[in-house]
Amino acid sequence: MIELENVAYSYGGGELLSEVSLKLSPGSFHFLTGPSGSGKTTFLRLCYGALTPTAGHAQLFGRDVRDMTRDDVAMTRRRIGVVHQDCQFLDHLPLAENVALPLIVSGRDTLQEQTNLKDLLGWCGLSHRAKALPPELSGGERQRAALARAVIMSPDVILADEPTGNVDYEMSQRLMTLLIELNRMGKTIMIATHDLGIIRSTKSQVQARVLRIVNRRLQLAGADL
Amino acid sequence: MKALRDRFNTLMSGEGPADRVVPPTGFTASLTLFASAVMAFLAVFALALSLATGRLAHDWGAELARSATLRISAPEDQIEAQTQAALRVLETTEGVATARALGSDEQRALLAPWFGPDLPVDELPIPQLIEIVEEPQGFDAAGLRLRLQAEVPGAVLDDHSRWRRPLVRAAERLRALGWLSILLIGGAMGAVITLAANAALAANAQVITVLRLVGARDVFIARAFVRRFTIRALVGAGIGMIAGCLAILALPAAQDEGGFLTGLGFQGLQWLWPLVVPPVAAAVAFWATRSAANRTLKDLA
Repeated sequence: MIELENVAYSYGGGELLSEVSLKLSPGSFHFLTGPSGSGKTTFLRLCYGALTPTAGHAQLFGRDVRDMTRDDVAMTRRRIGVVHQDCQFLDHLPLAENVALPLIVSGRDTLQEQTNLKDLLGWCGLSHRAKALPPELSGGERQRAALARAVIMSPDVILADEPTGNVDYEMSQRLMTLLIELNRMGKTIMIATHDLGIIRSTKSQVQARVLRIVNRRLQLAGADL
Repeated sequence: MKALRDRFNTLMSGEGPADRVVPPTGFTASLTLFASAVMAFLAVFALALSLATGRLAHDWGAELARSATLRISAPEDQIEAQTQAALRVLETTEGVATARALGSDEQRALLAPWFGPDLPVDELPIPQLIEIVEEPQGFDAAGLRLRLQAEVPGAVLDDHSRWRRPLVRAAERLRALGWLSILLIGGAMGAVITLAANAALAANAQVITVLRLVGARDVFIARAFVRRFTIRALVGAGIGMIAGCLAILALPAAQDEGGFLTGLGFQGLQWLWPLVVPPVAAAVAFWATRSAANRTLKDLA
């Protein structure tokens, strides 16, 4: 699905990531760890085509990112749900419409998906906030809304950058349960986090692999985690 | 054609969910509206100028071309004879419909603006004028001059081309200037709307980022902006066009004394021309916003 081959990325200056190779197969569950500033977010951006590698090849769904037009990238994003660390929304639209935004931009009938939307908001504990505008939401609520928005299209891959960063333990468990549930349905999941507790509790429920960025390189972490 | 019509219909159909993704912007919206109204108002005037001067050039050209004057200056005792001779020559000239010697009353009327009504025409050595009305195909002025020279030495033929040409040329220049103004107005409107669209795109950078993140194609994002600016330009130009037409209606009607200035306006079917202004404004806005949006989007991730 997502294949990186000897990928390097530099923002000018030195390389932030080098010789990164990874193959995300369908249904896999990955954690991505590493000290802050090590390039976790950049790595995720490479995975959804927001950045083009400065060296090496990145393939999304069998196509090289360099050969993709902007429309191709857009179509690919409909199959990859992304949760950003700083979740951005359309601040003038209520939360429910923000969550349904991927449906709107892909031209789906939002009326038909109303029940799905309701269920999803319920699942994320956001039903009572459906009419609130994004600036009125708390950090945790924004995070949950971003996750709901990322999964509403039922994407093949879900990439999440610190999805549990702003939520309490109970809610983070709940979000993880949602992600594990999606993984069991065959979705590929990649979560960047430095919360080892989350990784441990998840590993007891699914077979998750832990990737770690050390010295600009991607390593498969040992079984000690 | 059908595809085009469908696109137009989707463009014009009211606020869909896709439209709401761009936040409403009250202030710039009214500025765009105002600018296109002003441009349309000016365009209507430029249009009126072009059409009026075009009409003028045509009228002057046609009226003056159909007539000529023969002036006979001779000693008093020979005037009558020479006039008769000239009339005979003119009667046999091909292309001359009628030739008529002006009576002294008519000559006095012609001179009155310069010398006052009490001019004793009979006592002055005033040349005799012969009014020639041409047939549509006109006559050979050079040939006629040669013949007159031989038979009526005191005759001077004035086919009016000497002062007709600069007038017609001036009118044609004015008309060209009018069309140039219309082009410039259109260009200025495109520039204003491009600036407004760029400002809107810059102000909505976050909206665009979010839309890209959730898989919106550039077309979708651009359309949300393009539709807004197109509709604003159409409505604004409509208002400006109506105001311009009312202003032209309020101008005094054409009068002989006023010359061409009071003839500024539309006649008959020409009133349909202003109706073209709003759609053209909308087309300019459509094109300007679309290229601005595409340019901006291409530079974003």
